[in-house]
Amino acid sequence: MSTQFSEEKLNKIKEIVTHYPEGEQKSALLPVLHLAQQEFGGWLDVPVMDYVASLLSLEPIEVYEVATFYSMYNMKPVGKFMFEVCQTGPCMLRGSDDIIAYIEQKLSIKAGETTNDGMFTLKPVECLGACGYAPMMQLGNYYREHLTKEKVDQIIDECRTSVAINN
Amino acid sequence: MGRKLLLEKAHVEGIRTYEVYRREGGYRSVEKALKSMTPEQVVEEVKKSGLRGRGGAGFPAGMKWSFIAKPEGVPRHLVCNADESEPGTFKDRYLMEFIPHLLIEGLIVSSFALGSNATYVYIRGEYAWIAGILEKAIDEAKHNGFLGKNILGSGFDCEIYIHRGAGAYICGEETALIESLEGKRGNPRIKPPFPAIKGAWGRPTVVNNVETLCAVVPIINDGGEEYARIGVGKSTGTKLLSACGNINKPGIYEIDMTISVEEFIYSDEYCGGIADGKRLKACIPGGSSVPILPANLLLKTAKGETRYMNYESLADGGFATGSMMGSGGFIVLDEDQCVVRHTMTLARFYHHESCGQCSPCREGTGWMEKILKNIEYGKGKPSDIDLLWDIQRKIEGNTICPLGDAAAWPVAAAIRHFRDEFEWHITNPVAAQQRNFGLAHYADPLEVAATA
Ligand code: FES
Repeated sequence: MSTQFSEEKLNKIKEIVTHYPEGEQKSALLPVLHLAQQEFGGWLDVPVMDYVASLLSLEPIEVYEVATFYSMYNMKPVGKFMFEVCQTGPCMLRGSDDIIAYIEQKLSIKAGETTNDGMFTLKPVECLGACGYAPMMQLGNYYREHLTKEKVDQIIDECRTSVAINN
Repeated sequence: MGRKLLLEKAHVEGIRTYEVYRREGGYRSVEKALKSMTPEQVVEEVKKSGLRGRGGAGFPAGMKWSFIAKPEGVPRHLVCNADESEPGTFKDRYLMEFIPHLLIEGLIVSSFALGSNATYVYIRGEYAWIAGILEKAIDEAKHNGFLGKNILGSGFDCEIYIHRGAGAYICGEETALIESLEGKRGNPRIKPPFPAIKGAWGRPTVVNNVETLCAVVPIINDGGEEYARIGVGKSTGTKLLSACGNINKPGIYEIDMTISVEEFIYSDEYCGGIADGKRLKACIPGGSSVPILPANLLLKTAKGETRYMNYESLADGGFATGSMMGSGGFIVLDEDQCVVRHTMTLARFYHHESCGQCSPCREGTGWMEKILKNIEYGKGKPSDIDLLWDIQRKIEGNTICPLGDAAAWPVAAAIRHFRDEFEWHITNPVAAQQRNFGLAHYADPLEVAATA
């Protein structure tokens, strides 16, 4: 995969930089890293971070230290679909432990692992601000809430189908 | 039915769009403020309203605004804190997701009051789709002349930008949020200087929570005094609560702060009682950082008086027998829940979220998590309880930002009120793996010391 944004994305980045005061283009780092992760395989490899640094005229270290601080930036490859299941207190009260155990069993992986086919990653995470709709997970840019075992089955099927259609 | 100021229109079909929101009376406060008031008058109304910051600290919003420095020729900024991440709290999400224009309206009026021509909404990264909803609302407002240059011919210019975080609880702390807005790690700054003097890019900055900024709309529409008439004492206006845990109706509720805790939990208008017909064991009434209370101390104060859902009453008794309103994240535990396990998940949370700058917090949160895990999984030692107590004491007050306190308080309160349950876990490690301690005496009526 070549590390180069499309013309359209480069224009988008130019636009984002205008949101901040002149000379403060570093402020665009978080949004640009989000774009980069989305564009270049779901995680931030070193060449990707270096590329972002060059785009914003930053030292590479300024990008590394930020990328490693925030939990949404992946520092290693992840599955095509990442199940980020909340495990904090309020979700635990509503059975998140069982949901995590069920996904582990169903996909034959442990929390933190990716399936051999590179399809699914299970990542227990901390409170996502959906405590009243527990148990829940983040999947891509959206939340899946009021999870049950049946719903988990459904979601896994959905993911498999969407891949089959896109291939 | 209590009075609703923020959620009154939440269920109107299509309220997410500009047309419907405007038809329902939206953006009146912008017209009123920009056409007939000075920025100082807007600040004055907010002061009169008694509105307290709805993010958790409860600091008077009008006073915070009046601190902003106004050096000649230096731009000022308003930043909206939409980094909602305190476990148990999901109210700001509701406001932004369902009535996004209410926030945009509040932002425009508040930006006018503070003189902010470039205003930012710092939204937690995981709320990705909500960022999209807000961006659409901003476009619509701009298209209709409520944002951009010379708004309504008033000479006031304002742009609002959405800035998505990337997963860090600490960025809810205002100086960490500013660092993150500047494209850095979310390490809180040492105060002073306060953001009102030196905030984003070294410029005077005010950071306010989503709900606080939404409340500015009814305050300007109806006047600060009218707003202050709702509620009781220093708990003026309405407050959003996000209720979760073992209740029949988890969700978002707007209350005027005169109802009792008991009514909030058991009435059908609110939480609808404990789920599955179980009994109430404990509750964290204001987000994961505030002290947990056993059922008996939650419903009544140590003096035997009814406890109410407001800043003062929830805090009655201090940390010895009271708690806090905090962010309004109301977490309910039923009789079959384990306080040790719940506290362990919170300790894990704070350990995960500590930014690592201050050693008491970085190391202490890790130790607390480890010890609580040991107790929970049957490997606790009798000395662990005092050790935990000692660690939390050494964190509290010894860090740059309040995350240290936020991590210490839940552990302290759990030990203070549920020591028996911790001891039982340690002395009965095998049984503790098979069943929970249960309700025990936590709902028994308290003996009230006779007052002379
Ligand atoms: S605790 Fe799971 S979303 Fe808040």
